[in-house]
Amino acid sequence: MSQTNTASNGTPSSQDSITEVKPLIEVRNLKKHFPIRRGVLQRQVGAVQAVDGVSFNIIKGETLGLVGESGCGKSTTGRTILQLLSPTDGDVYLNGHSLTEMGRSELRKQRRRMQMIFQDPYSSLNPRMTVGNIIGEPLLIHNIGNAASRRERVQELLKLVGLNPYFINRYPHEFSGGQRQRIGVARALATNPSFIVADEPISALDVSIQAQVVNLLDDLKSELELTYLFIAHDLSMVRYISDRVAVMYLGRIVELSERDEVYDHPLHPYTQALLSAIPIPDPFKEEKRQRIILEGDVPSPANPPTGCRFHPRCGYATDVCRVEDPEFRNLGTENKPHMAACHHAEKFV
Amino acid sequence: MTASTKSVSPATIPLNEQDLQEQRWLERLVGPEWARLIKGVLTNPLSVTGLVIILGFILIAAFAPIIVPPPNATWDTTLIPRDGFGPEPKAPGSEWVRNAPGEIPFWYTPLTGREEWVHLWGTASGQYDIFYGVIWGSRTALMIGGIVVLSSAIIGIFVGSLAGYYGGWVDEILMRVVEVFIAFPFLVGALILASILVPKLGRSIWPASIALIVFGWTGYARLLRGDILATKERDYVQAAQAAGANDFHLILRHILPNAIFPTLVVLSLDMGAIVLSFAALSFLGIGVQEGYTDWGQIVSFARSYIFSLDRYWFIIVYPGLALLLYGLGWNLVGDALRDILDPKLRGKR
Ligand SMILES: Nc1ncnc2c1ncn2[C@@H]1O[C@H](COP(=O)(O)OP(=O)(O)OP(=O)(O)O)[C@@H](O)[C@H]1O
Ligand code: SF4
Ligand SMILES: [Mg+2]
Repeated sequence: MSQTNTASNGTPSSQDSITEVKPLIEVRNLKKHFPIRRGVLQRQVGAVQAVDGVSFNIIKGETLGLVGESGCGKSTTGRTILQLLSPTDGDVYLNGHSLTEMGRSELRKQRRRMQMIFQDPYSSLNPRMTVGNIIGEPLLIHNIGNAASRRERVQELLKLVGLNPYFINRYPHEFSGGQRQRIGVARALATNPSFIVADEPISALDVSIQAQVVNLLDDLKSELELTYLFIAHDLSMVRYISDRVAVMYLGRIVELSERDEVYDHPLHPYTQALLSAIPIPDPFKEEKRQRIILEGDVPSPANPPTGCRFHPRCGYATDVCRVEDPEFRNLGTENKPHMAACHHAEKFV
Repeated sequence: MTASTKSVSPATIPLNEQDLQEQRWLERLVGPEWARLIKGVLTNPLSVTGLVIILGFILIAAFAPIIVPPPNATWDTTLIPRDGFGPEPKAPGSEWVRNAPGEIPFWYTPLTGREEWVHLWGTASGQYDIFYGVIWGSRTALMIGGIVVLSSAIIGIFVGSLAGYYGGWVDEILMRVVEVFIAFPFLVGALILASILVPKLGRSIWPASIALIVFGWTGYARLLRGDILATKERDYVQAAQAAGANDFHLILRHILPNAIFPTLVVLSLDMGAIVLSFAALSFLGIGVQEGYTDWGQIVSFARSYIFSLDRYWFIIVYPGLALLLYGLGWNLVGDALRDILDPKLRGKR
């Protein structure tokens, strides 16, 4: 994994465009392994390869959807990008500055530019703090304004996310899941960040509320010129909001392209299987829909399969798949890259 | 600030007038968790009984000079006045000849029908007045509880926080130290240390107190470490970290306030238990000097009369009742706190 030019990382080439498209976030060969310790001496006996060499860019103003089954390393990717987990290897650049090489206090200063929205609206808000203190905390940490101006800003943020500013002195337990998620969004917006990792922000919500929160995030994105890494565990959730979609399997990114490319011409058998699992609203098409049933369980990231990590469950697997790790390569065009990590991807072009 | 104050999606929480008018002043004042604790303790008959008992001892301690004034203005009030030196205990109601309290307080004659001081609860051998000892002993009990429990808790909280938050080798070293102390049975360890300290520090409350602190803080450290480990994984801690908070802020504002509640339960139970342990050391003669206003020390006079307690019951009954009631008071409160915090544990120990 050493592709460093923009094209091979799945972002549109900038050579022929007049204004250069600069990535806001560059992720280079990022790895996060969690050591497994056993015995009285707590010796390391192995490692969970939660994220094992992922590279991609996120361009200013776009939403990159990150999709994959539970446990494939999506949250770990998001948290490692934000340096909430220290990477085992690899680099992350924000606006060209390496976050991995930054000192602790400098990194803390940079944190106002990147924020996170969490999956569980119950554990993501401190139950002992008022809504006002929760949302205002990032301002306090970065010493922005005084008590009065922070309060004003919090009220403004509450309005922005569709909550009544009157609730500033309430505690989280007085709100529903959807409302709590809005509080989490308001907190993430407090310092005016440019980049937000939204880690399955709607999975824990009632279906009736999911659309509201996605709409809110979408509206905020255009209004505040935000850039998102939007994590979800199924493809149907990210379709609406994403500009590009990355599909993750067992710590690796296996496919990455523009949204419609991924949905209409999936090149990786895993993506095809995920797509085939989405019901089609049209009853005639739904009847003819062919489901690719994924056989077997997801292998353990502590002991991933050799060669292509997907081979034990892949219907197209051949001998080469069992021994050789497929390269993550561009099967699209220079201007419209379509990245996939499959030996036999040509078959599907 | 690029965001306008216009809300991008309709306010989703309609204002519920009745809800808004509801006065939750306690919650506003101390936060939801504390409000729940305070309300719970104040509405449970058992814990109210406990609080009344504790309050009773506090009042007795505060008004000791009015209940039994010392013989003269320069008297060291921690020493029980002696009515001579005879070895034979005197029964309740016998005349107080020497070192009687300076003046007759307002309550004395109406309640006892006497014009002169008598030994209301008798004397121990050496003619120490038991009534004086029990009344002024409540000051000792509260002080010992305060000094020992608060010191142990502060040390334990400090060590437990460091070990739980930083983990790794910090945790490893601190927990090894804790295990060394835990290897000794609590009272045996305290007994040995106190008897080593007595010749160095002299007979006072300090040898036993220091011994109890040295062997008492480990329980807090272990308990809190576990709760810190669980709390630090919560998303709101990650959120604060993502917002740029430093370790100090994370521990003091997010982790400790949410991890501290089980420690409070133990703290309250210990306030009663420590006085019993202290009394046990006193009873074995490794506490304060003879004649100190300490319940355990008074009970220890009974050692010489184990076989004639039918005659000298008052030596053991009055200070014993004080010990029992005092321990019971804190226990009732501690039990109620535990039930409120973790209803699953109700009735278990
Ligand atoms: N702190 C940790 N220590 C050890 N292993 C971890 C840790 N965090 C995550 N893992 C492991 O790393 C792998 C990836 O976890 P991660 O939470 O990133 O998955 P995910 O794609 O976000 O899944 P989900 O959809 O369930 O949220 C899992 O096997 C998980 O068990
Ligand atoms: S490389 Fe082989 S095993 Fe892997 S996805 Fe492609 S065909 Fe399947
Ligand atoms: Mg996750």
